[in-house]
Amino acid sequence: MFFIKENYSHPAFKVGMRDISSAAPGVAAWGMMIGVSMIQSGMSVVDSVAMTLLVFAGSSQLAAIPLIVVGAPLWVIWATAFCVNLRFVVFSAHLRGYMMSWPRWQRLCAAYLTADLSYVQFVRRFQSPSTEPEGQRVEQAYLAGNCFVNWSSWMMASLFGIALAHYIPIQWGLGFAGVLALIGVTCSLANSLLKVISCVAGGCVATVYFLLPLKLNILLAIICSVCTCLLLEEIYIRNKKSSTGASND
Amino acid sequence: MTEAWNMLCIFGLALITLVTRSFFFISDKHWKLPEGVVRGLQFAPIAALSAVIFPEIFVWQGEFALPLTNAKIYGALAGAVFFIIKRGQGQAVFGTIVVGMCVYIPLHLGLGWN
Repeated sequence: MFFIKENYSHPAFKVGMRDISSAAPGVAAWGMMIGVSMIQSGMSVVDSVAMTLLVFAGSSQLAAIPLIVVGAPLWVIWATAFCVNLRFVVFSAHLRGYMMSWPRWQRLCAAYLTADLSYVQFVRRFQSPSTEPEGQRVEQAYLAGNCFVNWSSWMMASLFGIALAHYIPIQWGLGFAGVLALIGVTCSLANSLLKVISCVAGGCVATVYFLLPLKLNILLAIICSVCTCLLLEEIYIRNKKSSTGASND
Repeated sequence: MTEAWNMLCIFGLALITLVTRSFFFISDKHWKLPEGVVRGLQFAPIAALSAVIFPEIFVWQGEFALPLTNAKIYGALAGAVFFIIKRGQGQAVFGTIVVGMCVYIPLHLGLGWN
Protein backbone atom coordinates (compact mmCIF):
# COMPACT_ATOMS: atom_id res chain seq x y z
CA MET A 1 0.00 0.00 0.00
CA PHE A 2 1.09 3.61 0.32
CA PHE A 3 3.91 2.74 2.71
CA ILE A 4 5.54 0.47 0.11
CA LYS A 5 8.34 2.22 -1.77
CA GLU A 6 7.49 0.63 -5.14
CA ASN A 7 4.09 2.25 -4.84
CA TYR A 8 4.87 5.73 -3.64
CA SER A 9 7.79 6.18 -6.01
CA HIS A 10 5.69 5.17 -9.04
CA PRO A 11 4.28 7.98 -11.25
CA ALA A 12 0.79 6.44 -11.05
CA PHE A 13 0.80 7.16 -7.31
CA LYS A 14 0.60 10.89 -8.08
CA VAL A 15 -2.19 10.33 -10.59
CA GLY A 16 -4.21 8.58 -7.91
CA MET A 17 -3.50 11.40 -5.47
CA ARG A 18 -4.59 14.01 -8.01
CA ASP A 19 -7.85 12.23 -8.83
CA ILE A 20 -9.03 12.06 -5.23
CA SER A 21 -7.68 15.44 -4.14
CA SER A 22 -10.49 17.19 -5.98
CA ALA A 23 -13.04 15.40 -3.80
CA ALA A 24 -10.93 15.53 -0.62
CA PRO A 25 -12.59 18.65 0.85
CA GLY A 26 -15.91 16.81 0.77
CA VAL A 27 -14.36 13.73 2.35
CA ALA A 28 -12.87 15.95 5.04
CA ALA A 29 -16.17 17.73 5.74
CA TRP A 30 -17.93 14.39 6.13
CA GLY A 31 -15.13 12.99 8.31
CA MET A 32 -15.26 16.06 10.52
CA MET A 33 -19.00 15.71 11.04
CA ILE A 34 -18.53 12.07 12.10
CA GLY A 35 -15.87 13.21 14.59
CA VAL A 36 -18.20 15.84 15.98
CA SER A 37 -21.15 13.50 16.24
CA MET A 38 -19.17 10.84 18.13
CA ILE A 39 -18.40 13.34 20.88
CA GLN A 40 -21.80 15.01 20.82
CA SER A 41 -23.54 11.61 21.16
CA GLY A 42 -21.63 11.08 24.37
CA MET A 43 -18.70 8.84 23.44
CA SER A 44 -15.47 9.45 25.32
CA VAL A 45 -12.51 11.09 23.60
CA VAL A 46 -10.42 7.91 23.89
CA ASP A 47 -13.15 5.78 22.30
CA SER A 48 -13.77 8.35 19.60
CA VAL A 49 -10.09 8.55 18.66
CA ALA A 50 -9.73 4.76 18.71
CA MET A 51 -12.80 4.38 16.55
CA THR A 52 -11.59 6.97 14.06
CA LEU A 53 -8.13 5.44 13.73
CA LEU A 54 -9.24 1.81 13.61
CA VAL A 55 -12.67 1.54 12.04
CA PHE A 56 -12.28 3.97 9.10
CA ALA A 57 -15.82 3.54 7.76
CA GLY A 58 -18.11 6.54 8.13
CA SER A 59 -21.48 4.96 7.60
CA SER A 60 -20.87 1.98 9.88
CA GLN A 61 -19.46 4.32 12.56
CA LEU A 62 -22.55 6.47 12.30
CA ALA A 63 -24.75 3.40 12.74
CA ALA A 64 -22.69 2.04 15.64
CA ILE A 65 -22.35 5.26 17.67
CA PRO A 66 -25.88 5.37 19.15
CA LEU A 67 -25.75 1.62 19.85
CA ILE A 68 -22.46 1.95 21.71
CA VAL A 69 -23.75 4.90 23.70
CA VAL A 70 -26.81 2.98 24.92
CA GLY A 71 -24.71 -0.13 25.59
CA ALA A 72 -26.36 -2.47 23.09
CA PRO A 73 -25.10 -6.09 22.99
CA LEU A 74 -21.87 -6.54 21.03
CA TRP A 75 -23.37 -8.87 18.46
CA VAL A 76 -26.10 -6.33 17.66
CA ILE A 77 -23.51 -3.60 17.05
CA TRP A 78 -21.34 -5.87 14.94
CA ALA A 79 -24.25 -7.26 12.93
CA THR A 80 -25.45 -3.71 12.28
CA ALA A 81 -22.04 -2.58 11.08
CA PHE A 82 -21.72 -5.64 8.88
CA CYS A 83 -25.07 -4.98 7.19
CA VAL A 84 -24.31 -1.29 6.70
CA ASN A 85 -21.03 -2.37 5.07
CA LEU A 86 -22.62 -4.91 2.72
CA ARG A 87 -22.06 -2.65 -0.30
CA PHE A 88 -18.31 -3.21 0.22
CA VAL A 89 -18.89 -6.94 -0.26
CA VAL A 90 -20.26 -6.12 -3.73
CA PHE A 91 -17.27 -3.85 -4.39
CA SER A 92 -14.90 -6.61 -3.32
CA ALA A 93 -16.38 -8.90 -5.99
CA HIS A 94 -15.56 -6.18 -8.52
CA LEU A 95 -12.03 -5.61 -7.17
CA ARG A 96 -11.23 -9.32 -7.05
CA GLY A 97 -10.12 -9.41 -10.68
CA TYR A 98 -7.54 -6.68 -9.99
CA MET A 99 -6.38 -7.85 -6.61
CA MET A 100 -5.76 -11.57 -6.98
CA SER A 101 -2.33 -11.09 -8.53
CA TRP A 102 -1.09 -9.31 -5.38
CA PRO A 103 0.22 -11.09 -2.27
CA ARG A 104 -2.49 -11.62 0.32
CA TRP A 105 -1.28 -9.17 2.97
CA GLN A 106 -1.12 -6.42 0.36
CA ARG A 107 -4.63 -7.32 -0.82
CA LEU A 108 -5.94 -7.05 2.72
CA CYS A 109 -4.16 -3.76 3.44
CA ALA A 110 -5.41 -2.28 0.19
CA ALA A 111 -8.96 -3.48 0.81
CA TYR A 112 -9.04 -2.07 4.32
CA LEU A 113 -7.98 1.35 3.03
CA THR A 114 -10.26 1.39 -0.03
CA ALA A 115 -13.38 3.35 0.88
CA ASP A 116 -16.21 4.15 -1.54
CA LEU A 117 -14.59 6.98 -3.50
CA SER A 118 -11.25 5.24 -3.94
CA TYR A 119 -13.00 2.13 -5.25
CA VAL A 120 -15.13 4.16 -7.64
CA GLN A 121 -12.25 6.18 -9.04
CA PHE A 122 -10.05 3.09 -9.32
CA VAL A 123 -12.49 1.04 -11.40
CA ARG A 124 -13.30 4.12 -13.46
CA ARG A 125 -9.66 4.59 -14.44
CA PHE A 126 -8.95 0.89 -14.95
CA GLN A 127 -12.02 -0.49 -16.70
CA SER A 128 -10.63 -4.02 -16.78
CA PRO A 129 -7.80 -5.64 -14.83
CA SER A 130 -4.38 -5.73 -16.48
CA THR A 131 -2.80 -9.10 -17.19
CA GLU A 132 0.74 -7.66 -17.50
CA PRO A 133 2.95 -7.24 -14.41
CA GLU A 134 3.71 -3.60 -15.35
CA GLY A 135 0.02 -2.81 -15.71
CA GLN A 136 -0.67 -4.38 -12.33
CA ARG A 137 2.12 -2.28 -10.85
CA VAL A 138 0.42 0.86 -12.20
CA GLU A 139 -2.95 -0.19 -10.77
CA GLN A 140 -1.46 -0.88 -7.38
CA ALA A 141 0.40 2.43 -7.27
CA TYR A 142 -2.65 4.38 -8.42
CA LEU A 143 -4.86 2.84 -5.73
CA ALA A 144 -2.20 3.44 -3.10
CA GLY A 145 -1.95 7.14 -3.96
CA ASN A 146 -5.70 7.54 -4.08
CA CYS A 147 -6.23 5.80 -0.73
CA PHE A 148 -3.41 7.74 0.86
CA VAL A 149 -5.02 11.13 0.26
CA ASN A 150 -8.50 9.85 1.04
CA TRP A 151 -7.36 8.19 4.28
CA SER A 152 -5.25 11.09 5.52
CA SER A 153 -7.82 13.79 4.79
CA TRP A 154 -10.47 11.69 6.50
CA MET A 155 -8.28 11.05 9.54
CA MET A 156 -7.14 14.64 10.00
CA ALA A 157 -10.65 16.02 9.63
CA SER A 158 -12.19 13.44 11.92
CA LEU A 159 -9.61 14.04 14.66
CA PHE A 160 -10.09 17.78 14.19
CA GLY A 161 -13.84 17.25 14.64
CA ILE A 162 -13.26 15.32 17.86
CA ALA A 163 -10.94 18.01 19.23
CA LEU A 164 -13.29 20.89 18.46
CA ALA A 165 -16.60 19.05 18.78
CA HIS A 166 -18.12 21.66 21.05
CA TYR A 167 -17.21 24.56 18.79
CA ILE A 168 -18.26 23.22 15.38
CA PRO A 169 -21.89 24.10 14.65
CA ILE A 170 -23.39 20.88 13.29
CA GLN A 171 -26.58 22.68 12.24
CA TRP A 172 -24.71 24.73 9.64
CA GLY A 173 -24.91 21.73 7.37
CA LEU A 174 -21.20 21.53 6.51
CA GLY A 175 -21.63 17.79 6.01
CA PHE A 176 -23.48 18.60 2.80
CA ALA A 177 -20.05 19.16 1.24
CA GLY A 178 -19.60 15.38 1.47
CA VAL A 179 -22.78 14.82 -0.53
CA LEU A 180 -21.60 17.36 -3.12
CA ALA A 181 -18.29 15.52 -3.50
CA LEU A 182 -20.23 12.33 -4.18
CA ILE A 183 -22.36 14.21 -6.74
CA GLY A 184 -19.25 15.40 -8.56
CA VAL A 185 -17.78 11.90 -8.68
CA THR A 186 -21.15 10.48 -9.78
CA CYS A 187 -21.26 12.94 -12.69
CA SER A 188 -17.79 11.83 -13.70
CA LEU A 189 -19.04 8.24 -13.91
CA ALA A 190 -22.09 8.97 -16.06
CA ASN A 191 -20.46 8.42 -19.45
CA SER A 192 -23.13 6.24 -21.07
CA LEU A 193 -26.91 6.08 -21.18
CA LEU A 194 -26.94 2.81 -19.21
CA LYS A 195 -24.81 4.37 -16.48
CA VAL A 196 -27.27 7.26 -16.23
CA ILE A 197 -30.12 4.77 -15.96
CA SER A 198 -28.20 2.91 -13.27
CA CYS A 199 -27.74 6.20 -11.40
CA VAL A 200 -31.39 7.20 -11.53
CA ALA A 201 -32.65 3.70 -10.74
CA GLY A 202 -30.28 3.33 -7.79
CA GLY A 203 -31.23 6.71 -6.37
CA CYS A 204 -34.96 6.10 -6.71
CA VAL A 205 -34.87 2.60 -5.19
CA ALA A 206 -32.76 3.82 -2.27
CA THR A 207 -35.17 6.71 -1.63
CA VAL A 208 -38.34 4.63 -1.91
CA TYR A 209 -36.96 1.94 0.40
CA PHE A 210 -35.31 4.43 2.74
CA LEU A 211 -37.10 2.98 5.74
CA LEU A 212 -35.48 -0.44 5.36
CA PRO A 213 -33.28 -1.04 8.41
CA LEU A 214 -29.48 -1.20 8.40
CA LYS A 215 -29.03 0.79 5.19
CA LEU A 216 -30.23 -2.23 3.28
CA ASN A 217 -31.89 0.24 0.89
CA ILE A 218 -28.43 0.90 -0.56
CA LEU A 219 -27.67 -2.76 -1.15
CA LEU A 220 -31.12 -3.26 -2.69
CA ALA A 221 -30.58 -0.22 -4.93
CA ILE A 222 -27.26 -1.55 -6.22
CA ILE A 223 -28.71 -4.97 -6.97
CA CYS A 224 -31.80 -3.54 -8.72
CA SER A 225 -29.75 -1.13 -10.85
CA VAL A 226 -27.24 -3.76 -11.90
CA CYS A 227 -29.98 -6.23 -12.87
CA THR A 228 -31.96 -3.55 -14.74
CA CYS A 229 -28.92 -2.43 -16.72
CA LEU A 230 -27.88 -6.00 -17.57
CA LEU A 231 -31.39 -6.69 -18.80
CA LEU A 232 -31.52 -3.51 -20.90
CA GLU A 233 -28.09 -4.26 -22.34
CA GLU A 234 -29.20 -7.78 -23.21
CA ILE A 235 -32.34 -6.47 -24.97
CA TYR A 236 -30.28 -3.87 -26.85
CA ILE A 237 -27.74 -6.43 -28.04
CA ARG A 238 -30.49 -8.80 -29.15
CA ASN A 239 -32.34 -6.07 -31.05
CA LYS A 240 -29.16 -5.03 -32.77
CA LYS A 241 -28.43 -8.61 -33.78
CA SER A 242 -31.91 -9.17 -35.15
CA SER A 243 -31.92 -5.85 -37.03
CA THR A 244 -28.52 -6.47 -38.65
CA GLY A 245 -29.71 -10.00 -39.43
CA ALA A 246 -32.79 -8.57 -41.14
CA SER A 247 -30.82 -6.08 -43.23
CA ASN A 248 -28.57 -8.89 -44.48
CA ASP A 249 -31.54 -10.78 -45.91
CA MET B 1 -19.92 0.14 30.00
CA THR B 2 -16.30 -0.62 30.77
CA GLU B 3 -13.42 0.69 28.74
CA ALA B 4 -12.35 -2.86 27.82
CA TRP B 5 -15.81 -3.61 26.45
CA ASN B 6 -15.73 -0.49 24.30
CA MET B 7 -12.29 -1.35 22.96
CA LEU B 8 -13.38 -4.89 22.14
CA CYS B 9 -16.35 -3.44 20.33
CA ILE B 10 -14.19 -1.02 18.33
CA PHE B 11 -11.69 -3.75 17.40
CA GLY B 12 -14.60 -5.85 16.20
CA LEU B 13 -15.84 -2.97 14.06
CA ALA B 14 -12.38 -2.54 12.54
CA LEU B 15 -12.31 -6.24 11.71
CA ILE B 16 -15.73 -5.89 10.05
CA THR B 17 -14.38 -3.05 7.88
CA LEU B 18 -11.53 -5.32 6.81
CA VAL B 19 -13.67 -8.41 6.20
CA THR B 20 -16.43 -6.67 4.22
CA ARG B 21 -13.97 -4.71 2.07
CA SER B 22 -11.92 -7.79 1.21
CA PHE B 23 -14.74 -10.33 1.30
CA PHE B 24 -14.24 -11.96 -2.11
CA PHE B 25 -10.47 -12.01 -2.09
CA ILE B 26 -9.54 -13.02 1.43
CA SER B 27 -8.76 -16.57 0.32
CA ASP B 28 -6.00 -17.38 -2.17
CA LYS B 29 -8.17 -19.93 -3.93
CA HIS B 30 -8.59 -19.41 -7.67
CA TRP B 31 -12.04 -19.11 -9.15
CA LYS B 32 -13.65 -16.81 -11.66
CA LEU B 33 -16.76 -14.70 -11.37
CA PRO B 34 -19.40 -15.58 -13.97
CA GLU B 35 -19.15 -13.37 -17.06
CA GLY B 36 -22.59 -11.85 -16.51
CA VAL B 37 -21.68 -10.73 -13.00
CA VAL B 38 -18.47 -9.09 -14.24
CA ARG B 39 -20.48 -7.20 -16.86
CA GLY B 40 -23.09 -6.20 -14.33
CA LEU B 41 -20.61 -4.92 -11.79
CA GLN B 42 -19.60 -2.02 -14.06
CA PHE B 43 -22.97 -0.49 -13.17
CA ALA B 44 -22.47 -0.92 -9.42
CA PRO B 45 -20.29 2.13 -8.59
CA ILE B 46 -22.64 4.77 -9.94
CA ALA B 47 -25.69 3.05 -8.43
CA ALA B 48 -23.99 2.87 -5.04
CA LEU B 49 -23.15 6.58 -5.08
CA SER B 50 -26.60 7.72 -6.18
CA ALA B 51 -28.14 5.38 -3.61
CA VAL B 52 -26.30 7.37 -0.95
CA ILE B 53 -26.93 10.78 -2.52
CA PHE B 54 -30.67 10.67 -3.33
CA PRO B 55 -31.93 9.87 0.20
CA GLU B 56 -29.53 12.48 1.65
CA ILE B 57 -31.26 15.09 -0.48
CA PHE B 58 -34.86 13.94 -0.74
CA VAL B 59 -35.51 12.34 2.65
CA TRP B 60 -36.23 14.67 5.53
CA GLN B 61 -36.90 13.21 8.98
CA GLY B 62 -37.66 9.78 7.57
CA GLU B 63 -40.02 10.95 4.85
CA PHE B 64 -39.79 11.80 1.18
CA ALA B 65 -39.60 15.59 1.06
CA LEU B 66 -39.82 17.66 -2.08
CA PRO B 67 -40.84 21.09 -0.86
CA LEU B 68 -39.61 24.15 -2.74
CA THR B 69 -37.77 25.11 0.44
CA ASN B 70 -35.39 22.13 0.30
CA ALA B 71 -32.06 23.95 0.02
CA LYS B 72 -30.18 20.71 -0.71
CA ILE B 73 -31.98 20.31 -4.04
CA TYR B 74 -30.75 23.69 -5.26
CA GLY B 75 -27.24 23.10 -3.94
CA ALA B 76 -27.08 19.69 -5.59
CA LEU B 77 -28.44 21.00 -8.91
CA ALA B 78 -26.02 23.93 -8.93
CA GLY B 79 -23.11 21.60 -8.22
CA ALA B 80 -24.13 19.13 -10.92
CA VAL B 81 -24.70 21.89 -13.49
CA PHE B 82 -21.24 23.29 -12.75
CA PHE B 83 -19.68 19.86 -13.27
CA ILE B 84 -21.47 19.39 -16.59
CA ILE B 85 -20.51 22.88 -17.86
CA LYS B 86 -16.90 22.18 -16.92
CA ARG B 87 -17.24 18.75 -18.62
CA GLY B 88 -15.45 17.24 -15.65
CA GLN B 89 -12.16 18.93 -16.61
CA GLY B 90 -9.55 20.02 -14.05
CA GLN B 91 -10.65 20.07 -10.44
CA ALA B 92 -14.32 19.87 -11.39
CA VAL B 93 -15.33 17.89 -8.30
CA PHE B 94 -13.84 20.58 -6.10
CA GLY B 95 -15.78 23.20 -8.05
CA THR B 96 -18.93 21.13 -7.57
CA ILE B 97 -18.43 21.29 -3.81
CA VAL B 98 -17.72 25.03 -3.77
CA VAL B 99 -20.60 26.02 -6.08
CA GLY B 100 -23.03 23.69 -4.31
CA MET B 101 -22.12 25.06 -0.89
CA CYS B 102 -22.34 28.65 -2.15
CA VAL B 103 -25.94 27.99 -3.12
CA TYR B 104 -26.82 25.79 -0.16
CA ILE B 105 -25.40 27.78 2.76
CA PRO B 106 -27.23 31.10 2.08
CA LEU B 107 -30.53 29.28 1.56
CA HIS B 108 -30.01 27.06 4.58
CA LEU B 109 -28.64 29.61 7.04
CA GLY B 110 -29.96 32.84 5.53
CA LEU B 111 -33.50 31.78 4.76
CA GLY B 112 -33.67 28.92 7.24
CA TRP B 113 -34.60 26.31 4.63
CA ASN B 114 -33.97 22.63 5.32
